[in-house]
Amino acid sequence: MNARPPKIEIRGLNKAFGEKRVLNGVDLEVGVGESVVVIGGSGSGKSVTLKCVLGLIQADGGSIKVDGQEVVGLRGGERERVLRKFGMLFQGAALFDSLRVWENVAFGLVQGRGMARDPAKEVALRKLGAVGLGPEVGELWPAELSGGMQKRVALARAIATEPEIIFFDEPTTGLDPIMADVINELVRKCVNDLGATALSITHDMASARKIGDRIAMIYEGRIIWSGRVAEIDHSANDFVDQFIHGRAEGPIKMPVRPL
Amino acid sequence: MIILTILQTVGRAFLSALATIGRLALFTLLALLHCVKPPYYWRLLLRQMVDIGYYSLPVVGMTAIFTGMVLALQTSTGFARVGGEFAIPNVVVISITRELGPVLAGLMVAGRIGAAMAAEIGTMRVTEQIDALTTLSTNPLNYLVAPRLVAGIAMLPLLVVVGDIIGVFGGYLVSIYKLGFNPATYIRNTIDFVETLDVVSGLVKASVFGFLVTLMGCYHGYNSRGGAQGVGAATTNAVVSASILILIFDYMLTEIFFTK
Repeated sequence: MNARPPKIEIRGLNKAFGEKRVLNGVDLEVGVGESVVVIGGSGSGKSVTLKCVLGLIQADGGSIKVDGQEVVGLRGGERERVLRKFGMLFQGAALFDSLRVWENVAFGLVQGRGMARDPAKEVALRKLGAVGLGPEVGELWPAELSGGMQKRVALARAIATEPEIIFFDEPTTGLDPIMADVINELVRKCVNDLGATALSITHDMASARKIGDRIAMIYEGRIIWSGRVAEIDHSANDFVDQFIHGRAEGPIKMPVRPL
Repeated sequence: MIILTILQTVGRAFLSALATIGRLALFTLLALLHCVKPPYYWRLLLRQMVDIGYYSLPVVGMTAIFTGMVLALQTSTGFARVGGEFAIPNVVVISITRELGPVLAGLMVAGRIGAAMAAEIGTMRVTEQIDALTTLSTNPLNYLVAPRLVAGIAMLPLLVVVGDIIGVFGGYLVSIYKLGFNPATYIRNTIDFVETLDVVSGLVKASVFGFLVTLMGCYHGYNSRGGAQGVGAATTNAVVSASILILIFDYMLTEIFFTK
Protein backbone atom coordinates (compact mmCIF):
# COMPACT_ATOMS: atom_id res chain seq x y z
CA MET A 1 0.00 0.00 0.00
CA ASN A 2 1.31 3.46 -0.92
CA ALA A 3 1.93 5.97 1.85
CA ARG A 4 0.20 8.67 -0.26
CA PRO A 5 -3.61 8.64 -0.33
CA PRO A 6 -4.94 6.53 -3.18
CA LYS A 7 -5.84 8.15 -6.50
CA ILE A 8 -8.99 6.05 -6.69
CA GLU A 9 -10.64 4.51 -3.66
CA ILE A 10 -13.70 2.28 -4.08
CA ARG A 11 -15.51 1.05 -0.97
CA GLY A 12 -18.54 -1.26 -0.79
CA LEU A 13 -19.69 -0.49 -4.33
CA ASN A 14 -23.09 -1.98 -5.18
CA LYS A 15 -25.03 -2.11 -8.40
CA ALA A 16 -28.00 -4.18 -9.49
CA PHE A 17 -29.90 -4.27 -12.77
CA GLY A 18 -33.41 -5.28 -11.81
CA GLU A 19 -33.16 -8.52 -9.88
CA LYS A 20 -29.57 -9.17 -10.93
CA ARG A 21 -26.91 -7.94 -8.51
CA VAL A 22 -23.78 -7.22 -10.56
CA LEU A 23 -21.61 -5.50 -7.95
CA ASN A 24 -21.81 -6.81 -4.45
CA GLY A 25 -19.53 -4.60 -2.37
CA VAL A 26 -16.46 -3.95 -4.49
CA ASP A 27 -13.44 -2.65 -2.52
CA LEU A 28 -10.46 -1.47 -4.55
CA GLU A 29 -7.69 1.09 -4.24
CA VAL A 30 -5.43 2.40 -6.98
CA GLY A 31 -2.39 4.36 -5.84
CA VAL A 32 -0.98 7.43 -7.57
CA GLY A 33 0.98 6.36 -10.65
CA GLU A 34 0.05 2.73 -10.11
CA SER A 35 -1.27 0.41 -12.81
CA VAL A 36 -3.92 -1.97 -11.49
CA VAL A 37 -5.53 -4.65 -13.61
CA VAL A 38 -8.87 -6.15 -12.65
CA ILE A 39 -9.33 -9.66 -14.01
CA GLY A 40 -12.47 -11.75 -13.98
CA GLY A 41 -14.83 -13.74 -16.15
CA SER A 42 -17.50 -12.35 -18.41
CA GLY A 43 -20.35 -10.82 -16.42
CA SER A 44 -18.35 -10.62 -13.21
CA GLY A 45 -18.81 -6.83 -12.98
CA LYS A 46 -15.51 -5.50 -14.38
CA SER A 47 -16.97 -3.08 -16.92
CA VAL A 48 -19.73 -1.96 -14.56
CA THR A 49 -17.10 -1.04 -11.96
CA LEU A 50 -15.25 1.16 -14.45
CA LYS A 51 -18.48 2.76 -15.65
CA CYS A 52 -19.56 3.50 -12.08
CA VAL A 53 -16.28 5.34 -11.47
CA LEU A 54 -16.83 7.40 -14.64
CA GLY A 55 -20.48 8.06 -13.75
CA LEU A 56 -21.70 6.38 -16.95
CA ILE A 57 -23.68 4.06 -14.67
CA GLN A 58 -25.17 5.29 -11.40
CA ALA A 59 -24.03 3.18 -8.43
CA ASP A 60 -26.74 1.97 -6.05
CA GLY A 61 -24.54 2.27 -2.99
CA GLY A 62 -21.00 2.51 -1.71
CA SER A 63 -18.32 5.11 -2.15
CA ILE A 64 -15.95 6.07 -4.96
CA LYS A 65 -13.33 8.70 -4.24
CA VAL A 66 -11.04 10.25 -6.82
CA ASP A 67 -8.22 12.28 -5.24
CA GLY A 68 -10.22 12.09 -2.03
CA GLN A 69 -13.35 13.60 -3.61
CA GLU A 70 -16.55 11.56 -3.45
CA VAL A 71 -17.84 11.14 -7.02
CA VAL A 72 -20.92 8.97 -6.52
CA GLY A 73 -23.94 11.14 -7.33
CA LEU A 74 -21.91 13.94 -8.97
CA ARG A 75 -23.71 15.60 -11.87
CA GLY A 76 -23.35 18.37 -14.43
CA GLY A 77 -20.34 20.66 -14.18
CA GLU A 78 -18.83 18.91 -11.17
CA ARG A 79 -18.91 15.55 -12.95
CA GLU A 80 -17.35 17.15 -16.04
CA ARG A 81 -14.54 18.61 -13.93
CA VAL A 82 -13.77 15.17 -12.49
CA LEU A 83 -13.95 13.56 -15.94
CA ARG A 84 -11.24 15.92 -17.18
CA LYS A 85 -8.80 13.84 -15.13
CA PHE A 86 -9.71 10.70 -17.09
CA GLY A 87 -8.89 9.12 -20.38
CA MET A 88 -10.58 5.92 -21.49
CA LEU A 89 -9.84 3.25 -24.05
CA PHE A 90 -13.08 1.42 -24.84
CA GLN A 91 -13.29 -2.28 -25.63
CA GLY A 92 -14.56 -1.73 -29.17
CA ALA A 93 -12.45 1.45 -29.59
CA ALA A 94 -15.69 3.53 -29.82
CA LEU A 95 -14.23 5.84 -32.47
CA PHE A 96 -16.66 8.40 -33.90
CA ASP A 97 -17.55 7.14 -37.40
CA SER A 98 -18.44 10.58 -38.68
CA LEU A 99 -15.03 12.10 -37.87
CA ARG A 100 -11.62 11.54 -39.44
CA VAL A 101 -8.99 9.76 -37.37
CA TRP A 102 -7.16 12.97 -36.38
CA GLU A 103 -10.47 14.58 -35.40
CA ASN A 104 -11.19 11.59 -33.18
CA VAL A 105 -7.82 11.94 -31.46
CA ALA A 106 -8.19 15.71 -31.13
CA PHE A 107 -11.81 15.52 -29.96
CA GLY A 108 -11.11 15.92 -26.24
CA LEU A 109 -8.80 18.87 -26.94
CA VAL A 110 -11.18 20.70 -29.29
CA GLN A 111 -14.53 20.00 -27.63
CA GLY A 112 -13.46 19.37 -24.05
CA ARG A 113 -10.63 21.90 -23.68
CA GLY A 114 -11.63 24.47 -26.31
CA MET A 115 -8.34 24.23 -28.26
CA ALA A 116 -8.36 25.58 -31.84
CA ARG A 117 -8.48 22.94 -34.57
CA ASP A 118 -5.03 23.58 -36.09
CA PRO A 119 -2.94 23.20 -32.91
CA ALA A 120 -5.21 20.31 -31.86
CA LYS A 121 -4.45 18.59 -35.15
CA GLU A 122 -0.71 18.95 -34.50
CA VAL A 123 -1.12 17.35 -31.08
CA ALA A 124 -3.29 14.59 -32.58
CA LEU A 125 -0.69 13.74 -35.21
CA ARG A 126 2.01 13.69 -32.52
CA LYS A 127 -0.09 11.30 -30.41
CA LEU A 128 -0.73 9.12 -33.46
CA GLY A 129 3.04 9.00 -33.90
CA ALA A 130 3.41 7.93 -30.26
CA VAL A 131 1.25 4.88 -30.96
CA GLY A 132 3.13 4.06 -34.16
CA LEU A 133 0.77 5.53 -36.75
CA GLY A 134 1.92 7.93 -39.45
CA PRO A 135 0.31 11.30 -40.22
CA GLU A 136 -1.37 9.84 -43.33
CA VAL A 137 -3.55 7.72 -41.04
CA GLY A 138 -4.93 10.92 -39.54
CA GLU A 139 -6.82 11.69 -42.75
CA LEU A 140 -8.52 8.27 -42.90
CA TRP A 141 -11.98 7.41 -41.55
CA PRO A 142 -12.30 4.91 -38.66
CA ALA A 143 -14.07 2.40 -40.93
CA GLU A 144 -10.94 2.25 -43.11
CA LEU A 145 -8.76 0.97 -40.24
CA SER A 146 -8.04 -2.59 -39.08
CA GLY A 147 -9.00 -3.64 -35.55
CA GLY A 148 -5.45 -3.18 -34.29
CA MET A 149 -5.18 0.29 -35.83
CA GLN A 150 -8.54 1.27 -34.32
CA LYS A 151 -7.27 0.25 -30.89
CA ARG A 152 -4.12 2.33 -31.41
CA VAL A 153 -6.17 5.35 -32.48
CA ALA A 154 -8.39 4.86 -29.43
CA LEU A 155 -5.24 4.76 -27.28
CA ALA A 156 -3.99 7.96 -28.91
CA ARG A 157 -7.37 9.56 -28.16
CA ALA A 158 -7.25 8.37 -24.56
CA ILE A 159 -3.82 9.97 -23.99
CA ALA A 160 -4.32 13.10 -26.14
CA THR A 161 -5.41 15.27 -23.22
CA GLU A 162 -2.60 13.86 -21.06
CA PRO A 163 -4.98 12.68 -18.35
CA GLU A 164 -4.00 11.87 -14.79
CA ILE A 165 -5.96 8.60 -14.86
CA ILE A 166 -6.45 6.23 -17.79
CA PHE A 167 -8.95 3.37 -17.94
CA PHE A 168 -8.42 0.49 -20.31
CA ASP A 169 -11.44 -1.70 -21.03
CA GLU A 170 -10.26 -5.00 -22.51
CA PRO A 171 -7.44 -3.38 -24.51
CA THR A 172 -6.48 -6.59 -26.36
CA THR A 173 -9.88 -8.18 -27.04
CA GLY A 174 -10.32 -9.26 -30.64
CA LEU A 175 -6.65 -8.83 -31.59
CA ASP A 176 -4.17 -11.45 -32.74
CA PRO A 177 -1.44 -12.31 -30.17
CA ILE A 178 1.23 -10.20 -31.85
CA MET A 179 -0.97 -7.13 -32.18
CA ALA A 180 -2.19 -7.71 -28.63
CA ASP A 181 1.41 -7.57 -27.42
CA VAL A 182 2.03 -4.40 -29.45
CA ILE A 183 -0.98 -2.79 -27.75
CA ASN A 184 0.21 -3.99 -24.33
CA GLU A 185 3.65 -2.43 -24.94
CA LEU A 186 2.02 0.82 -26.07
CA VAL A 187 -0.30 0.91 -23.06
CA ARG A 188 2.64 0.39 -20.70
CA LYS A 189 4.78 2.99 -22.52
CA CYS A 190 2.00 5.60 -22.63
CA VAL A 191 1.18 5.17 -18.95
CA ASN A 192 4.87 5.39 -17.98
CA ASP A 193 5.52 8.44 -20.21
CA LEU A 194 2.53 10.31 -18.77
CA GLY A 195 3.15 9.13 -15.21
CA ALA A 196 -0.57 8.38 -15.16
CA THR A 197 -2.57 6.16 -12.86
CA ALA A 198 -4.07 3.24 -14.80
CA LEU A 199 -6.98 0.94 -14.12
CA SER A 200 -7.49 -1.81 -16.68
CA ILE A 201 -9.93 -4.66 -16.97
CA THR A 202 -9.22 -7.76 -18.96
CA HIS A 203 -9.51 -11.51 -19.02
CA ASP A 204 -6.33 -11.80 -21.06
CA MET A 205 -3.69 -12.94 -18.54
CA ALA A 206 -0.75 -12.09 -20.82
CA SER A 207 -2.07 -8.56 -21.02
CA ALA A 208 -2.68 -8.37 -17.26
CA ARG A 209 0.86 -9.47 -16.48
CA LYS A 210 2.34 -7.01 -18.95
CA ILE A 211 0.44 -3.82 -18.16
CA GLY A 212 -0.22 -4.20 -14.44
CA ASP A 213 1.80 -3.45 -11.31
CA ARG A 214 -0.91 -5.08 -9.29
CA ILE A 215 -3.76 -7.46 -10.17
CA ALA A 216 -7.14 -7.78 -8.48
CA MET A 217 -9.62 -10.52 -9.27
CA ILE A 218 -13.34 -9.86 -9.26
CA TYR A 219 -15.83 -12.69 -8.87
CA GLU A 220 -19.58 -12.41 -8.40
CA GLY A 221 -19.33 -8.66 -7.93
CA ARG A 222 -16.60 -8.65 -5.25
CA ILE A 223 -12.83 -8.40 -5.25
CA ILE A 224 -11.73 -11.81 -4.00
CA TRP A 225 -7.96 -11.43 -4.33
CA SER A 226 -5.47 -8.64 -4.86
CA GLY A 227 -1.69 -8.67 -5.04
CA ARG A 228 1.48 -7.83 -6.99
CA VAL A 229 1.76 -9.31 -10.47
CA ALA A 230 4.56 -11.62 -9.36
CA GLU A 231 2.37 -13.01 -6.58
CA ILE A 232 -0.49 -14.18 -8.74
CA ASP A 233 1.06 -17.56 -9.54
CA HIS A 234 1.29 -18.28 -5.80
CA SER A 235 -1.98 -16.71 -4.70
CA ALA A 236 -3.16 -19.83 -2.80
CA ASN A 237 -6.62 -18.89 -4.02
CA ASP A 238 -8.46 -21.63 -5.91
CA PHE A 239 -10.59 -19.13 -7.84
CA VAL A 240 -7.52 -17.20 -9.03
CA ASP A 241 -5.66 -20.43 -9.88
CA GLN A 242 -8.56 -21.71 -11.95
CA PHE A 243 -8.91 -18.40 -13.77
CA ILE A 244 -5.25 -17.80 -14.62
CA HIS A 245 -4.81 -21.36 -15.87
CA GLY A 246 -8.10 -21.29 -17.76
CA ARG A 247 -9.41 -24.55 -16.30
CA ALA A 248 -13.03 -25.62 -16.74
CA GLU A 249 -12.86 -27.57 -13.46
CA GLY A 250 -12.69 -25.66 -10.20
CA PRO A 251 -14.74 -23.54 -7.82
CA ILE A 252 -15.88 -21.17 -10.61
CA LYS A 253 -18.88 -22.81 -12.25
CA MET A 254 -19.89 -21.52 -15.66
CA PRO A 255 -23.65 -21.44 -16.19
CA VAL A 256 -23.72 -23.78 -19.21
CA ARG A 257 -26.25 -26.46 -19.97
CA PRO A 258 -24.98 -29.98 -20.73
CA LEU A 259 -25.15 -30.97 -24.40
CA MET B 1 -56.85 -17.12 -11.99
CA ILE B 2 -57.33 -16.09 -15.62
CA ILE B 3 -58.75 -12.75 -14.48
CA LEU B 4 -55.70 -12.20 -12.28
CA THR B 5 -53.37 -12.94 -15.20
CA ILE B 6 -55.28 -10.53 -17.44
CA LEU B 7 -55.22 -7.82 -14.76
CA GLN B 8 -51.49 -8.35 -14.21
CA THR B 9 -50.82 -8.05 -17.94
CA VAL B 10 -52.94 -4.90 -18.25
CA GLY B 11 -51.37 -3.41 -15.11
CA ARG B 12 -47.85 -4.13 -16.32
CA ALA B 13 -48.60 -2.56 -19.71
CA PHE B 14 -50.15 0.49 -18.03
CA LEU B 15 -47.18 0.97 -15.69
CA SER B 16 -44.77 0.47 -18.57
CA ALA B 17 -46.65 3.10 -20.62
CA LEU B 18 -46.51 5.56 -17.71
CA ALA B 19 -42.77 4.94 -17.28
CA THR B 20 -42.21 5.52 -21.02
CA ILE B 21 -44.19 8.79 -20.91
CA GLY B 22 -42.16 9.89 -17.88
CA ARG B 23 -38.85 9.03 -19.57
CA LEU B 24 -39.89 10.83 -22.76
CA ALA B 25 -41.04 13.92 -20.83
CA LEU B 26 -37.74 14.04 -18.95
CA PHE B 27 -35.74 13.56 -22.14
CA THR B 28 -37.73 16.32 -23.88
CA LEU B 29 -37.14 18.71 -20.99
CA LEU B 30 -33.42 17.99 -20.86
CA ALA B 31 -33.11 18.18 -24.65
CA LEU B 32 -34.83 21.59 -24.77
CA LEU B 33 -32.67 22.81 -21.89
CA HIS B 34 -29.54 21.81 -23.78
CA CYS B 35 -30.77 23.64 -26.91
CA VAL B 36 -30.35 26.94 -25.06
CA LYS B 37 -27.46 25.95 -22.81
CA PRO B 38 -23.91 26.45 -24.16
CA PRO B 39 -21.71 25.18 -25.69
CA TYR B 40 -23.28 25.54 -29.13
CA TYR B 41 -21.99 23.35 -31.93
CA TRP B 42 -22.51 25.59 -34.98
CA ARG B 43 -20.71 23.27 -37.40
CA LEU B 44 -22.94 20.34 -36.40
CA LEU B 45 -26.03 22.54 -36.57
CA LEU B 46 -25.15 23.60 -40.11
CA ARG B 47 -24.55 19.99 -41.12
CA GLN B 48 -27.94 18.94 -39.73
CA MET B 49 -29.67 21.88 -41.42
CA VAL B 50 -28.20 20.90 -44.78
CA ASP B 51 -29.12 17.25 -44.18
CA ILE B 52 -32.69 17.96 -43.12
CA GLY B 53 -33.38 20.92 -45.39
CA TYR B 54 -31.37 20.53 -48.56
CA TYR B 55 -31.18 16.76 -48.91
CA SER B 56 -34.89 16.32 -48.14
CA LEU B 57 -35.87 18.68 -50.96
CA PRO B 58 -36.15 16.02 -53.71
CA VAL B 59 -38.43 13.71 -51.71
CA VAL B 60 -40.59 16.57 -50.39
CA GLY B 61 -40.71 18.16 -53.86
CA MET B 62 -41.79 14.92 -55.54
CA THR B 63 -44.44 14.30 -52.90
CA ALA B 64 -45.73 17.86 -53.18
CA ILE B 65 -45.96 18.03 -56.97
CA PHE B 66 -47.85 14.77 -57.32
CA THR B 67 -50.11 15.63 -54.39
CA GLY B 68 -50.98 18.95 -56.06
CA MET B 69 -51.62 17.19 -59.37
CA VAL B 70 -53.82 14.49 -57.84
CA LEU B 71 -55.67 17.09 -55.81
CA ALA B 72 -56.53 19.10 -58.91
CA LEU B 73 -57.63 15.97 -60.75
CA GLN B 74 -59.76 14.63 -57.89
CA THR B 75 -61.33 18.01 -57.22
CA SER B 76 -62.16 18.33 -60.87
CA THR B 77 -63.88 14.93 -61.10
CA GLY B 78 -65.66 15.45 -57.77
CA PHE B 79 -66.77 19.04 -58.27
CA ALA B 80 -67.84 18.43 -61.89
CA ARG B 81 -70.94 16.69 -60.53
CA VAL B 82 -72.11 19.95 -58.91
CA GLY B 83 -70.58 22.30 -61.46
CA GLY B 84 -67.92 23.62 -59.09
CA GLU B 85 -64.72 23.17 -61.18
CA PHE B 86 -63.95 26.87 -60.79
CA ALA B 87 -63.05 26.15 -57.15
CA ILE B 88 -60.08 23.93 -58.08
CA PRO B 89 -57.37 26.62 -57.48
CA ASN B 90 -58.91 27.42 -54.10
CA VAL B 91 -59.13 23.80 -52.99
CA VAL B 92 -55.59 23.07 -54.14
CA VAL B 93 -53.97 26.05 -52.42
CA ILE B 94 -55.94 25.69 -49.16
CA SER B 95 -55.35 21.94 -48.93
CA ILE B 96 -51.67 22.24 -49.69
CA THR B 97 -50.82 25.19 -47.44
CA ARG B 98 -52.96 24.24 -44.45
CA GLU B 99 -52.68 20.46 -44.39
CA LEU B 100 -50.98 18.42 -47.04
CA GLY B 101 -47.80 20.47 -47.32
CA PRO B 102 -46.80 20.28 -43.64
CA VAL B 103 -48.23 16.81 -42.96
CA LEU B 104 -46.72 15.10 -45.99
CA ALA B 105 -43.38 16.89 -45.56
CA GLY B 106 -43.41 15.85 -41.87
CA LEU B 107 -44.14 12.23 -42.75
CA MET B 108 -41.52 12.15 -45.49
CA VAL B 109 -38.90 13.69 -43.21
CA ALA B 110 -39.90 11.25 -40.44
CA GLY B 111 -39.10 8.39 -42.84
CA ARG B 112 -35.88 9.91 -44.12
CA ILE B 113 -34.41 11.89 -41.24
CA GLY B 114 -36.09 10.42 -38.14
CA ALA B 115 -35.04 6.92 -39.12
CA ALA B 116 -31.49 7.99 -39.97
CA MET B 117 -31.14 9.86 -36.66
CA ALA B 118 -32.39 6.91 -34.62
CA ALA B 119 -30.05 4.55 -36.49
CA GLU B 120 -27.01 6.82 -36.15
CA ILE B 121 -27.49 7.71 -32.49
CA GLY B 122 -28.59 4.14 -31.69
CA THR B 123 -25.41 2.76 -33.26
CA MET B 124 -23.39 5.30 -31.30
CA ARG B 125 -25.13 4.10 -28.13
CA VAL B 126 -24.53 0.38 -28.66
CA THR B 127 -20.91 0.88 -29.77
CA GLU B 128 -20.19 3.02 -26.66
CA GLN B 129 -19.55 6.17 -28.73
CA ILE B 130 -21.98 8.10 -26.52
CA ASP B 131 -20.09 6.92 -23.43
CA ALA B 132 -16.88 8.02 -25.18
CA LEU B 133 -18.37 11.51 -25.68
CA THR B 134 -19.05 11.74 -21.95
CA THR B 135 -15.53 10.66 -21.02
CA LEU B 136 -14.19 13.33 -23.41
CA SER B 137 -15.98 16.03 -21.38
CA THR B 138 -18.70 16.49 -24.00
CA ASN B 139 -22.36 16.36 -23.05
CA PRO B 140 -24.12 14.07 -25.57
CA LEU B 141 -27.35 16.05 -25.29
CA ASN B 142 -25.50 19.23 -26.27
CA TYR B 143 -23.47 17.56 -28.98
CA LEU B 144 -25.91 15.09 -30.55
CA VAL B 145 -29.46 16.09 -29.65
CA ALA B 146 -29.56 19.91 -29.53
CA PRO B 147 -28.26 20.55 -33.09
CA ARG B 148 -30.73 18.04 -34.51
CA LEU B 149 -33.71 19.51 -32.66
CA VAL B 150 -32.87 23.09 -33.62
CA ALA B 151 -32.25 22.09 -37.24
CA GLY B 152 -35.57 20.22 -37.38
CA ILE B 153 -37.53 23.14 -35.92
CA ALA B 154 -35.85 25.62 -38.30
CA MET B 155 -35.72 23.64 -41.54
CA LEU B 156 -39.14 21.99 -41.77
CA PRO B 157 -40.94 25.35 -42.33
CA LEU B 158 -38.48 26.22 -45.11
CA LEU B 159 -39.04 22.81 -46.69
CA VAL B 160 -42.79 23.32 -46.45
CA VAL B 161 -42.59 26.75 -48.14
CA VAL B 162 -40.84 25.09 -51.08
CA GLY B 163 -43.26 22.13 -50.91
CA ASP B 164 -46.27 24.49 -50.91
CA ILE B 165 -45.03 26.28 -54.03
CA ILE B 166 -44.28 23.02 -55.83
CA GLY B 167 -47.62 21.51 -54.74
CA VAL B 168 -49.59 24.50 -56.03
CA PHE B 169 -47.55 24.32 -59.23
CA GLY B 170 -48.58 20.64 -59.58
CA GLY B 171 -52.24 21.65 -59.36
CA TYR B 172 -51.57 24.42 -61.87
CA LEU B 173 -50.00 21.99 -64.37
CA VAL B 174 -52.98 19.63 -64.33
CA SER B 175 -55.51 22.46 -64.37
CA ILE B 176 -53.88 24.22 -67.32
CA TYR B 177 -52.73 21.32 -69.51
CA LYS B 178 -55.40 18.73 -68.70
CA LEU B 179 -58.46 20.60 -67.51
CA GLY B 180 -58.10 23.62 -69.79
CA PHE B 181 -57.96 26.42 -67.20
CA ASN B 182 -56.71 29.85 -68.18
CA PRO B 183 -53.23 30.28 -66.59
CA ALA B 184 -53.73 33.92 -65.55
CA THR B 185 -57.14 33.20 -64.02
CA TYR B 186 -55.79 30.19 -62.16
CA ILE B 187 -52.91 32.16 -60.65
CA ARG B 188 -55.15 35.13 -59.79
CA ASN B 189 -57.70 32.86 -58.09
CA THR B 190 -54.94 31.14 -56.13
CA ILE B 191 -53.42 34.41 -54.91
CA ASP B 192 -56.78 36.02 -54.17
CA PHE B 193 -58.05 33.09 -52.17
CA VAL B 194 -55.10 32.17 -50.00
CA GLU B 195 -54.84 34.04 -46.69
CA THR B 196 -51.87 34.72 -44.45
CA LEU B 197 -53.28 32.44 -41.75
CA ASP B 198 -53.37 29.50 -44.20
CA VAL B 199 -49.65 29.79 -44.85
CA VAL B 200 -48.66 30.74 -41.30
CA SER B 201 -50.62 27.87 -39.73
CA GLY B 202 -48.91 25.47 -42.12
CA LEU B 203 -45.49 26.81 -41.20
CA VAL B 204 -46.19 26.60 -37.46
CA LYS B 205 -47.34 23.02 -37.97
CA ALA B 206 -44.16 22.32 -39.94
CA SER B 207 -42.01 23.65 -37.10
CA VAL B 208 -43.84 21.48 -34.55
CA PHE B 209 -43.55 18.44 -36.85
CA GLY B 210 -39.82 19.13 -37.29
CA PHE B 211 -39.46 19.12 -33.52
CA LEU B 212 -41.45 15.89 -33.16
CA VAL B 213 -39.55 14.04 -35.89
CA THR B 214 -36.11 14.95 -34.55
CA LEU B 215 -37.17 14.41 -30.93
CA MET B 216 -38.43 10.90 -31.71
CA GLY B 217 -35.31 10.07 -33.74
CA CYS B 218 -33.02 11.27 -30.95
CA TYR B 219 -35.06 9.75 -28.10
CA HIS B 220 -35.34 6.28 -29.58
CA GLY B 221 -31.72 6.27 -30.77
CA TYR B 222 -30.41 7.56 -27.44
CA ASN B 223 -32.27 4.88 -25.49
CA SER B 224 -31.64 1.96 -27.82
CA ARG B 225 -30.23 -1.21 -26.31
CA GLY B 226 -28.94 -4.57 -27.38
CA GLY B 227 -26.98 -4.34 -30.63
CA ALA B 228 -28.28 -4.43 -34.18
CA GLN B 229 -31.75 -5.62 -33.16
CA GLY B 230 -32.08 -2.75 -30.69
CA VAL B 231 -31.02 -0.21 -33.30
CA GLY B 232 -33.52 -1.69 -35.77
CA ALA B 233 -36.31 -1.43 -33.20
CA ALA B 234 -35.28 2.16 -32.38
CA THR B 235 -35.46 3.09 -36.06
CA THR B 236 -38.92 1.58 -36.48
CA ASN B 237 -40.19 3.16 -33.26
CA ALA B 238 -38.82 6.57 -34.26
CA VAL B 239 -40.70 6.56 -37.58
CA VAL B 240 -43.93 5.09 -36.23
CA SER B 241 -44.13 7.33 -33.14
CA ALA B 242 -43.21 10.46 -35.12
CA SER B 243 -45.87 9.68 -37.75
CA ILE B 244 -48.58 9.13 -35.15
CA LEU B 245 -47.61 12.25 -33.20
CA ILE B 246 -47.64 14.31 -36.41
CA LEU B 247 -51.25 13.29 -37.07
CA ILE B 248 -52.31 13.92 -33.46
CA PHE B 249 -50.63 17.33 -33.30
CA ASP B 250 -52.02 18.19 -36.75
CA TYR B 251 -55.54 17.81 -35.39
CA MET B 252 -54.74 19.76 -32.22
CA LEU B 253 -53.11 22.64 -34.12
CA THR B 254 -55.98 22.75 -36.62
CA GLU B 255 -58.36 23.07 -33.66
CA ILE B 256 -56.30 25.92 -32.26
CA PHE B 257 -55.97 27.80 -35.56
CA PHE B 258 -59.32 27.31 -37.23
CA THR B 259 -61.96 26.61 -34.59
CA LYS B 260 -63.65 29.84 -33.69
